[in-house]
Amino acid sequence: MLSADARRAVCLVIRRPDLVGPFMQSPSSPASSSVSVPPPPTCWMLFTGFLWLGVTAFGGALPLARHMVVEKNRWLSPEAFTELLGLCQFLPGGNIINMSVALGMKFRGVKGAFSALMGLIAAPSFIVIALGMVYDRYADDPHIQHLFAGLAAAAAGLLISMAVKIAKPLRGKWVAIAVAVACFICIAVLRTPLLPTMLILTPISIFVTWRAAR
Amino acid sequence: MTSVLISLFVIFTQLSVLAFGGGNTILPEMQRQVVDVYHWMSDTDFSALFALSQAAPGPNLMIVTVVGWHVAGWQGALVTTIAKFGPSSILTAVALGLWERFKDKPWRSVVQAGIFPMTVGLMAASASLITEASVHSWVLGGITALVAVVTIFSRVHPLWMLLVGALIGLSGVGQP
Repeated sequence: MLSADARRAVCLVIRRPDLVGPFMQSPSSPASSSVSVPPPPTCWMLFTGFLWLGVTAFGGALPLARHMVVEKNRWLSPEAFTELLGLCQFLPGGNIINMSVALGMKFRGVKGAFSALMGLIAAPSFIVIALGMVYDRYADDPHIQHLFAGLAAAAAGLLISMAVKIAKPLRGKWVAIAVAVACFICIAVLRTPLLPTMLILTPISIFVTWRAAR
Repeated sequence: MTSVLISLFVIFTQLSVLAFGGGNTILPEMQRQVVDVYHWMSDTDFSALFALSQAAPGPNLMIVTVVGWHVAGWQGALVTTIAKFGPSSILTAVALGLWERFKDKPWRSVVQAGIFPMTVGLMAASASLITEASVHSWVLGGITALVAVVTIFSRVHPLWMLLVGALIGLSGVGQP
């Protein structure tokens, strides 16, 4: 365990990178040798850390990822984690996927990013393909058909609940609701392709949200 | 075969860079491409693959890998996985260096807030299309409604709800 002072120093290093050097510090940066920061993870540690996360994360990996990165391994302070998550949410792609890449890149460059990403998706890929094999091989067995029908119905229910929860912040914001409804109609009812829909609706969405907020 | 792999690569590369707001926002486009445009599978197959990817551990979008496998075996799985996770990862790696510079710029929060209504619309479209493809009887509709209501109003783990759905399904009640 670190003393309280050392932990504060660690937080300072991570929260105020301007005091200790550029954001993309090299792992051997002298700034980190003055305090007892946990050493930056190696590629192998990134791989195994995210491998474990990939195996254990059922139904939403974010809380587990935070636990692994911030509490268990202390690779990042809570503040630095939240900040990095902001980047991951801003960019396209799954948050956890982006988080693995960003963390790996931050500590060990391209090799680190590759290690973390491979660790994260290796085990789930084989598991999901194994399930796909079961589905394909027993597609004619009525029991398996019934089981997958029930599973699919439940998964649809989870998506509905996710959509309801994510829509809550829009309550009372009529302009934003109108954009969301327009997007829904294009994609779900008219079935227009995603690319032109986004090229047209995203600028409108950004503009009207900005106007409404002023 | 090669042309199938190329098509898979093109589709999933596009999905990779359009996946704003996390994973599930691109489900409708994925379904449109693999079911309606290329007829690689039925929409029931698609929703079953989605369901089993939800039952598997790991990141949200493992459906990408299993769709590739279903269409073109191991090569397909490899192609869709690389095409889906590659471009967005490269973007993340590049943006990491720039993030310090633009994270406090006003346009960043404007863009982020402005994309949010699109995310909501896309999530709602995903829910609607997967429900349409999954619910073929009143019992299955009942499972969907039950799971939706329970998970909206409580913090029960989603995996339990998938298990309940699979067991009710396995019983065969109300299914042809």
